Amino acid sequence: MNTSDIFNFLKPKNELENQGESIPNQPFIPNELWVKCPVCKKAVLSSDLTENYKVCPNCSYHFRIGARQRIEMTVDEGSFEEFDAEMTSTNIIDFPDYTRKLKNAKLNSGENESVITGKAVIGGCTAVLAVMNSQFMMGSMGTVTGEKITRAFEYATEQQLPVIVFTVSGGARMQEGILSLMQMAKTSAAVKRHSDAGLLYITVLTDPTTGGVTASFAMEGDIILSEPKALIGFAGPRVIEQTIRQKLPKDFQSAEFLLEKGFVDKVVPRSEMKETLTKLLVLHGSQPQVEPEEGDAE
Amino acid sequence: MSAFDSVTAARANDRPTAIDYITRIFGDSFIELHGDRRFSDDKAVIGGIAELNGTPVTVIALEKGRNLKERMERNFGSAHPEGYRKALRLMKQAEKFHRPVLCFVDTSGAYCGIGAEERGQGQAIAENLMEMMTLKTPVLSILIGEGGSGGALALAVADEVWMLENAIYSVISPEGCASILWKDASKTAEASECLKLTSQDLFKLGVIERIIREPKNVDSIMFDSFKTLIAQTFEKLSAVDTETLLNKRYNRFRKF
Repeated sequence: MNTSDIFNFLKPKNELENQGESIPNQPFIPNELWVKCPVCKKAVLSSDLTENYKVCPNCSYHFRIGARQRIEMTVDEGSFEEFDAEMTSTNIIDFPDYTRKLKNAKLNSGENESVITGKAVIGGCTAVLAVMNSQFMMGSMGTVTGEKITRAFEYATEQQLPVIVFTVSGGARMQEGILSLMQMAKTSAAVKRHSDAGLLYITVLTDPTTGGVTASFAMEGDIILSEPKALIGFAGPRVIEQTIRQKLPKDFQSAEFLLEKGFVDKVVPRSEMKETLTKLLVLHGSQPQVEPEEGDAE
Repeated sequence: MSAFDSVTAARANDRPTAIDYITRIFGDSFIELHGDRRFSDDKAVIGGIAELNGTPVTVIALEKGRNLKERMERNFGSAHPEGYRKALRLMKQAEKFHRPVLCFVDTSGAYCGIGAEERGQGQAIAENLMEMMTLKTPVLSILIGEGGSGGALALAVADEVWMLENAIYSVISPEGCASILWKDASKTAEASECLKLTSQDLFKLGVIERIIREPKNVDSIMFDSFKTLIAQTFEKLSAVDTETLLNKRYNRFRKF
């Protein structure tokens, strides 16, 4: 292998990418031996990165990860039962080029939509989980995204279960026109019913969470956690800079900035996420189902 | 009329703004109430109480301003978080006193700026969406000009949503759409068609219940019939018991 090829695995850019992003060209981690950290620029052994929750051991940069990897890191092994896996978008308002974009998104991500939903056990506690996927059209929210999240909340309300949502999104999906905007109202309605039933909803904001997702279910959690340095905002930084015609301060719209301004409860490193979620679930009445180990029985 | 003609008409400087509607429909009965009780009074949002055929109603509107001075003062109808929080405060007040809520929507979008982000623009809109969904009083929202994305939706979670014939309602501005799609912000006419943002398109998609015809010259006749229509609708919605009302509201948005 030619050394210059080592870093030659940047994800092909789609048009929605880098809208409102602070760090350009963030690589998704392939099965290469070495990965270059986009922040500290140091080369990291791919296997080290995997062991370290895809966090740079050098500078603690949290690499973007796909939804399946996220689920694997978060839930008790083998406990994830997926909902509505086959549900997929169509070109409902006959928008130019959307059919092709959807096809590409499916090929690139290996998924049918920008969110994966299901039921899982986390630290022994059962919860409904929705994990958005930046690899599918930058996690944009279309009608199927909204529908899957709504169904997940409706199921959780019916079954009296807590909900955890990991957000990553460029916002509403323009290609579905007004119907994507309506998903903000639809999902908020389902969150409200779940909340009114006295049930716990935790959001985990990951990089980046912007637009219609920020202005709906991402900000509606009882408890709002965030990964370090995640970009979180309503408008993307580029749009703001164009509007106000000035440069934004460094770290504006970062998780730490939102924490300071009072819009995030806690910034949690990826390595502590599962433990934190488990604690919170237990504090809200979840009963961990511990599998009895051999010899433990009376 | 093309979609782009609607975009142009919806943004026209001589188009009546929310203040015109409030004045022509409610006359002297409107008492304006200010502030969100948390940060400040956002002048992009007007709110207050008025009398509609002898019944009190809460009126909340996104106001663009009628001349340059007013537009500057009202930030061209682009609200900050405190504007949405003022709106929510007045909605909760309406709920307490069993008054129906009437919203007039006219905005190119929620403001994108440093202060807006610092004070949680996303959170403010999200809270409105959630709270309006279960507000225990009838809500009617009317898009009179521009319905710009989340900033418009934050006042349009309602039992019925109406649109003026030449109003528009869209997830993104045609300029924004064109610059993403074709890297060319000037292709607004094409983008306007693609987005399905006219009252006709939105009626077909089931996003609105009614289109209000616009006469060539907006005159008092239009406002008189408009007033009657609003009063009749509130009468109809007020006759429904709260649980049914809220279930219908849930299902109105659940279907999308």
